[in-house]
Amino acid sequence: MKTFKTTWRNIRRSPYQAVAAVFVMTLTFLFISFFTFLLFGSSKAISYFESRPQVTAFFKNEVKQAEIDSLKNDLMATNKVASLKFVSKQDALKIYREQNKDDPLLLELVTADILPASLEISTIKIENLSEINNMLCKNNLVSEVIFQKDVVSVLTSWTNALRSIGLGLIIVLSLVSIFIMVIIIGVKISQKKGDIEIMRLIGAGGWYIRWPFLFEGIFYGAVGAILGWLISAGALWYSTPFLASFLKGMPIFPIPLVFLFGLLGIEIMVAIILGTASSFLAVLRYLK
Amino acid sequence: MIRLDKVSKQFRTGVFALSDVSFEVEKGEFVFLVGPTGSGKTTIFRLLTREALPTTGEIIVDNWDVVKLPNNKISHLRKKIGVVFQDLKLLMDRTIFENIILPLEVSGIDAIVAKKIAEEIMEKVGILSHKDKFPIQLSGGELQRVAIARALILEPDILLADEPTGNLDSTTAMEIVKLLSEINKKGTTIIMATHNEGIIEALSKRVISLDKGRLAKDTGARKKKETVSHLGPKSDNIEGEDKKLETKPRLEEKKEEDEDF
Repeated sequence: MKTFKTTWRNIRRSPYQAVAAVFVMTLTFLFISFFTFLLFGSSKAISYFESRPQVTAFFKNEVKQAEIDSLKNDLMATNKVASLKFVSKQDALKIYREQNKDDPLLLELVTADILPASLEISTIKIENLSEINNMLCKNNLVSEVIFQKDVVSVLTSWTNALRSIGLGLIIVLSLVSIFIMVIIIGVKISQKKGDIEIMRLIGAGGWYIRWPFLFEGIFYGAVGAILGWLISAGALWYSTPFLASFLKGMPIFPIPLVFLFGLLGIEIMVAIILGTASSFLAVLRYLK
Repeated sequence: MIRLDKVSKQFRTGVFALSDVSFEVEKGEFVFLVGPTGSGKTTIFRLLTREALPTTGEIIVDNWDVVKLPNNKISHLRKKIGVVFQDLKLLMDRTIFENIILPLEVSGIDAIVAKKIAEEIMEKVGILSHKDKFPIQLSGGELQRVAIARALILEPDILLADEPTGNLDSTTAMEIVKLLSEINKKGTTIIMATHNEGIIEALSKRVISLDKGRLAKDTGARKKKETVSHLGPKSDNIEGEDKKLETKPRLEEKKEEDEDF
């Protein structure tokens, strides 16, 4: 208890250094939070796109059902198709109406005749998409093929790049935080050199002197983590309506509370590790 | 209790702070350590508390070989020796109460018990009314009392007072000496470094004189027995000793009370 009191007194009596330390930690955890949100959102987006039909073939108007069934059989025979879904002209109109129910003008202009029937195809492996796409493009029944391989692969490569860059930045920021904290706690130890000498002369053991500095590092880390999380979670909460309408159809928002509080817990644990590491380094360096 | 055997201390510059100094101090003695500035008084205190190591010689404090004491035992040694430092060494950003209670905190004494002990000792040295003030708000004599209270709070067997009257007027200086004398009467061994001839004359105590790091004179060599009998009525001639210090049994009582709870 006394150690906590001493820690609090050390923090209170050098407020500018305390603010600087908390600020650095807050920046680090703010970045970690935003990066985690981004990874969460992009992985959800990839899952969404992967679960969507990967190739959609639109048929010409004059195509008959028997011809379509024959094409379906040919596709299934390749053993590369995971699922096939036929969307008739009427089904297409239903989907169109559902998507544009708030815009009566658009509903009035469209009838089932002008919407093409289509076949939505998912492959077992993403590499098979090109082959299926080629097969459909060569078929006389098909007027147009929409091939989403690019969307998924681009998104995947972006997410992988983002993960690498983000992890790199997190490591760099964490190291910067540790170094700045070592300097700040080191300055505090240097300022208290006289006091430390007095405490040693009246019989204080090494850990009696070290503990308050270690707790100080943990305090800065934990406060920085909580502030960083609060700011990022607040920003996310504020922008959720806009992002949800912008990414219409993707089931990303709202981000579950369990995920947010789990992130807070993990960040506090990381903060404790960072705080302990930096204050321990400072104590080793400046308190010999 | 304390034994220095052929102790020398040479600084890196080559200067000898102490040369071949030997003396013994018995339990319960009150000894004046006198000598001009630079004669080695403070060096002896630093050696006794293992703040420095001698170049040669042996130092024994209460059966502990100070020179060979492992580092992890130094804090134990320092808890046995109360020191009133020449420059007081008070923590300026802590209140008087916080300064005095510090040795108890360091020793892990329960906070409630520690508070009681600290208040009792502050009352005994006459500074209880200043407990919430900071050192900068107190006079020189009051600060000396604070330093004495802090040195005594762990009820050490030995008290080293390094020129505790150095910057004080004669009246305040005598008050401080009276206080130390009372502490000595309760059984604490005291070594007091001083320049003040008046104080030395006022108390008929053993005097160890140092000159240029050498032992110049030791009045106690022949009348040690007489000096040790501090409990006798003629221990000193300070008048007006109305305030009696009972520091010795107090911490033990508190510890027992604490254990009872």
